[in-house]
Amino acid sequence: MPTVTYVASDGSETIVNGFAGDSVMETAVRNGVPGIVAECGGSLSCATCHVFVCADSAPLFPPVAGLEDDMLDGTAVDREDNSRLSCQLKLTDDLDVQVTTPETQV
Amino acid sequence: MADLTDPTDTAAPRGTLIVGNCQAGVQLASSLRELGDTEPITLVGEEPHAPYQRPPLSKAFLKGEASADSLAFRSHDFYLTHQIELVTRERIVKITRDATGGVAVAESGRTFPFARLALTVGAMPRTIPFEGSELEGVHYLRDATEAAVLEHRLRTARTVVVIGGGFIGLEVAAGARASGKNVTVLEAAPRLIGRAVSEQTSEFYLQAHRRRGLNVVLNATVVRIVGEHDRVTGVELGDGSIVPADVVLIGVGVIPRTELAEQLGLQVDNGIVVDTHAVASDGATVAAGDCANMPNPSIADFGNGRLRLESVQNAVEQAKVAAATLLGIPAEHKTVPWFWSDQADLKLQIAGLSGGHDQVVLRGDPDSEKFSVLYYRDGTLIAADCINSPLDFMAVRNSLHKGQSISAEAASDTSISLKKLATGTPALSEKVTSP
Repeated sequence: MPTVTYVASDGSETIVNGFAGDSVMETAVRNGVPGIVAECGGSLSCATCHVFVCADSAPLFPPVAGLEDDMLDGTAVDREDNSRLSCQLKLTDDLDVQVTTPETQV
Repeated sequence: MADLTDPTDTAAPRGTLIVGNCQAGVQLASSLRELGDTEPITLVGEEPHAPYQRPPLSKAFLKGEASADSLAFRSHDFYLTHQIELVTRERIVKITRDATGGVAVAESGRTFPFARLALTVGAMPRTIPFEGSELEGVHYLRDATEAAVLEHRLRTARTVVVIGGGFIGLEVAAGARASGKNVTVLEAAPRLIGRAVSEQTSEFYLQAHRRRGLNVVLNATVVRIVGEHDRVTGVELGDGSIVPADVVLIGVGVIPRTELAEQLGLQVDNGIVVDTHAVASDGATVAAGDCANMPNPSIADFGNGRLRLESVQNAVEQAKVAAATLLGIPAEHKTVPWFWSDQADLKLQIAGLSGGHDQVVLRGDPDSEKFSVLYYRDGTLIAADCINSPLDFMAVRNSLHKGQSISAEAASDTSISLKKLATGTPALSEKVTSP
């Protein structure tokens, strides 16, 4: 079972067991993890599920693609090299992921 | 005979009752817990499902790519660990209040006492009593149960008629067309999506949908729905012609559910009238989401300054405000409204409210299916419709959020990003950097 560690901007950690096939965003929202809003439910319309992926986890996911790249340009907290929209990060079996959530999403 | 010394017997009711298992309801419950509320919370609704996302019902759900379970906002564990009592299949039909709280009664007779009351009762599809509406194959679309029936029906349908050329109607029509069906949209008005976008955007969608093989009839008059053996076969228009249909979807907007509010004597005017803290006219009940009519800062200087919005963001933000209000924490709704609609491969994102605009700037070429329409009032940017242009959308949404504008003269030049053109002093509350 994959686990996701969400580190809030104040350093507090929430660790959640996820399911393969679910996204990092869905896993957060279903468990009420603060720091990820996800208004559009994963349709790449809102950019409110912005996360910074930790260096160890980054290679586990395909690189940023077209629409996600555009949306990342307008996130509430400016993007960095490790910025992703967590709706695009799909969990796979036995994958442990760590992301940091920004101070604000809107 | 009750033991009058038992403190529980005479104690005032405790906790919050949230009526409406929906986006606003689940957000309100979550926010109460996030804000530290330790009192009981009950979230009650008539649907058989835990609260789920509605926007996909007219999109992925109809392609068989989603279910009410997969669209659920929260896991069952979430409700347990946060001690939120989720009650499904109970329709609240009567609420009474007194000085210490009140009680809600469901159709089944079950009662729900409360100290604090929140109404997140949403809206229901506007119905038009066309002759033939009762025929098998005629549908409305609001909840997952209706979506499941429609999805099943669409699988074998060859001809589809959608009455109403708004977001829901066009999303369903575009999806059915993409899967090879013969689809006709009947719109009573002279243009599509007239309630939400400008004439330019309407005209673009008309042409773009026609390019994809959708039949669109504007100024359409529906006389009746016709059928054989209790099954729909078509829709008769004012000129006597009949558009064949195996399935008819009526998507002509929604009306807010206000029965319970009216019963409570709350002020109702196109929804439950609330203030900027989400408080209704009794000074105690809060309301949020599609059912609430709230002053909106985006139109503070326009019209009566109030608005009832039907959007995810509005439901979420109002619910957060309502939760804070119930706990006595000062909060006001002040985010920039935004909306989205995915029709075929066309992504529409709208930032702001264009009502009362006096100037329109076109950015990009509509024939390329990638452009934006920016709206101005008194020289200030107030909104934009962005088609397949997420960069423009994000720039406009952020500008409006920060109280900035984008020069109308410069905005049409697509060689410069709108983000670079945003000017003005960000409001003091924005992004104040710690020393």
